[in-house]
Amino acid sequence: MNLGISATEFVSQVRDGTISVEEFVAKTIERIQKVENKVHAYITLNDKNALEKAKIIDKKICAKEKVGSCLGMPISIKDNICTAGLKTTCASKMLENFIAPYDATVVSKLKAQDAIIIGKVNLDEFAMGSTTEFSYFGPTKNPWNIEYVPGGSSGGSGVSVSAFESLISLGSDTGGSVRSPASFCSVVGLKPTYGLVSRHGLVSYANSIEQIGPVARTVEDIAFILNIISGQDVRDNTTIDNGSVDYTRDLDAGVSGRKIGIITQMTSDGIDKEVVSATNRAISKLQGLGAECTPVSIDAVEHSVAAYYTIASAEASSNLARYDNLRYGFDFGIEGYEFKAYVSKVRGNFGPEVTRRMLLGAFVLSAGYYGKYYLKAQKARAKIKSQLDEAFKKVDFLIAPTMPILPFKIGEKIDDPLTLYLLDINTITANLSGIPAISVPFDISSSGFPIGIQLLANTLQEKELLQAAYALQETTNLPEVPI
Amino acid sequence: MTKIGLEIHCQLTKLESKLFCKCKADYRNHPPNSNICPICVGLPGSLPMLNKKAVEKAAMISLALGCKIPEKISFFRKNYFYPDLPKNFQITQYNAYGPTSIGSEGRVEIQNNEIRIRRIQLEEDPGRLIYEGSSEKTLITLVDYNRAGTPLVEIVTEPDFETPKQVRIFLNVLSDLVENIGVSDPYLEGALRVDGNISVGDGNRVEIKNVGSFRDIEKALHFEITRQQSLLGRNIPVQGETRHWDEARKITVSSRSKEEEQDYRYIPEVDIPVVIIDAITIATLQRQMPESIVARKESYVKKYGISTQVADVLASDKFYSDLFEKAHNEANAKEVANIITTDLMGFADTREKKIELKLTAKHLSDLVDAIMSNKITRNSGKIALQEIVKTGKSLSEVISSLDLGHVKDEGSLEKIIDEVFKEEQKAVSEAKQNDDAVNYLVGKVMRKTKGKADPSTTIEIVRKKLSS
Repeated sequence: MNLGISATEFVSQVRDGTISVEEFVAKTIERIQKVENKVHAYITLNDKNALEKAKIIDKKICAKEKVGSCLGMPISIKDNICTAGLKTTCASKMLENFIAPYDATVVSKLKAQDAIIIGKVNLDEFAMGSTTEFSYFGPTKNPWNIEYVPGGSSGGSGVSVSAFESLISLGSDTGGSVRSPASFCSVVGLKPTYGLVSRHGLVSYANSIEQIGPVARTVEDIAFILNIISGQDVRDNTTIDNGSVDYTRDLDAGVSGRKIGIITQMTSDGIDKEVVSATNRAISKLQGLGAECTPVSIDAVEHSVAAYYTIASAEASSNLARYDNLRYGFDFGIEGYEFKAYVSKVRGNFGPEVTRRMLLGAFVLSAGYYGKYYLKAQKARAKIKSQLDEAFKKVDFLIAPTMPILPFKIGEKIDDPLTLYLLDINTITANLSGIPAISVPFDISSSGFPIGIQLLANTLQEKELLQAAYALQETTNLPEVPI
Repeated sequence: MTKIGLEIHCQLTKLESKLFCKCKADYRNHPPNSNICPICVGLPGSLPMLNKKAVEKAAMISLALGCKIPEKISFFRKNYFYPDLPKNFQITQYNAYGPTSIGSEGRVEIQNNEIRIRRIQLEEDPGRLIYEGSSEKTLITLVDYNRAGTPLVEIVTEPDFETPKQVRIFLNVLSDLVENIGVSDPYLEGALRVDGNISVGDGNRVEIKNVGSFRDIEKALHFEITRQQSLLGRNIPVQGETRHWDEARKITVSSRSKEEEQDYRYIPEVDIPVVIIDAITIATLQRQMPESIVARKESYVKKYGISTQVADVLASDKFYSDLFEKAHNEANAKEVANIITTDLMGFADTREKKIELKLTAKHLSDLVDAIMSNKITRNSGKIALQEIVKTGKSLSEVISSLDLGHVKDEGSLEKIIDEVFKEEQKAVSEAKQNDDAVNYLVGKVMRKTKGKADPSTTIEIVRKKLSS
């Protein structure tokens, strides 16, 4: 059985009886058991329930009963998205034993369509990181070379899809956390428009910036899953009405006559040579399909990393304040502690990156510094948005490499936070401005590492964005994952 | 000069649900931690769902207190660690970066004093801490989150009060007002809470917290004035600090000063998008507002010829103006107003005492009618009133049991007057020369009859006897 099929192919094969759900799920679990000791994508496996659910769906199919559109498709969920009855740890000791009493809206929507939650996947603690090295449960490894980082923070999502451990995964993208592992692991990753997908049930890190986003093997699969998870939700006041667009329709509309802007600031300084040449090849391919590509300068991008880390850290310091171990958390007795002493003591159990960002965030919000840092960052953010608005008056899409460099060795940059922060230079623009962006696997470097190309579109232009991404995907012919 | 400002917290108890979730706003009478959900205990992944009705109710309070309502209102997080605060931040409003709270720059006139309202903000109430034993010595603190997320409106005044009495009157008016516009039941325990800040002369400002009731805020302020005056009198500077009201000892006690230096690190609450309050919404809310105090006062003066001063006092108090509405008619309105403001308000001037009043509107109208038809004297009326508010007995019962009936019968009056004439021979001969001394004799008759003698009949008989 080929576990490397796309979700769309899975649906048609289950429908025509080529494969059974139980068989596919069982093989997936087998595969997970085989490769997990190498890649460590999962934190919690839901294998027993998954098999039971698969059997039920097979029975329903046999009995010709109505079955949801996912038809028992095994989907992995980043471990910062709540799943009723299944641990949601955020890869943190602070939530080591936390079981949410409810499903995130995206999870209930998937379950309503008979998706099977196969397990919860690894991340940087509370989604803070770009490599999945900052997990309390240990790093996730890149299936293209297990000595290398898979990107992050949704490393478990990228790897589980890339290594055939799930068909689709839901990650979250705060500064590139879906697109970075998609790029490093040769899969597709979408960061939707802020408000398109409900955040209810996503454990907040930087709530004005982050979105839940899918990781999949093909653009068609992304469109398929986006149809299910998008839409307004009463449980998230920031969700917006997308008019129930069908993202799967007209996916092959092509890019002929479309205008694509090449972001100068994301294709020049500090970008790996092979990444630059891959980007240029992608541009030529799109031009070959009739797109018109011109350089576009968005100089506010230069302030994006500083603005992002200021705002995200500020929000994190507030969002993570609730983890005081009083109502849930890990075993740590209260005897002998007064309230404040207890809270300080237990909060010492956050990992280094989370601690760093909370401290930074508390600092930029403290009296006398708010205007100097937080407000200034918000101004930079507004400037980025207005420059993008200007750009989208002239072009339909923007293009840039997703990641400025190729995957690097685990541990290589872990002690150098600033270098790690700068890796987000190409992805955070979409987060700060709320626009959608997608990473499409485009090439493999001479050293054998995937290179992803990023396309960006204006607010709520996911349908057009997916059409362009599909066109780019169709120009590629990539090798199978070597694990 | 004494300057007093107030911070009042008013729960919007008339709402169905909490500020950000579907749990009941009426958290009272539930077993501990049973009126809670993932949102109000801030479980990971939960997001606030703004209760739009709470915004409307808060806007009504703002309108009633003459505040400006901005077109866009937004929320902020106030970050601090406390066990009653499940998210370790409180969702509230904040005007430091422009006016975005539900109300600001209001003013109300109360008995010819203008009180300026600095701001009104909508926020969530924290949970409740329950101490085993006193809060100072307890080893175990229990937390009940039933209250967490209850819609709360904070009203901050400018330091425009000069006396604790003004504060009391303002609080009575405010309490009536929130009840009147249908946003809160101020009689529920904890529904209306008040902190004060006070400075005497050039001394520093002292905040007073932890005041349980309206009665106590007046006491706490009195205590503080005395304490600060005595310090200043001895040339000891008043410390700028927060003091807690110790209900048992009836004094204020200095709190640990650390609390004041807290940096709340305010940050916009982006999970709640900006709420637009347009002119149409405001107009709709304005139509739902009941008659204002000013309008009521004006109608009392115009319709019944009640004096401005009496009308002002009466209109400012919902309890008594409601009583007035029920008790008066065209003919007796002025007298009903007078009895309420000169006598009744003296008996019951606090919320607690008003609740205990046994007096009904019928009592009051019967009483006024009896006075106006000369059945009893004004003086006896006051005695009867005192009895009625305590016992709730009918007027006729009270008149007979206390023997308040009017002495109008000339025969018995003559007897009494003769007695007085015998005792006051000097005054009698004086009165024969000087008409002013007649009043002295009438007064004596009144005293003898305990005020029951009909004044005009008495004067008539006294005059007759003098001239004979």
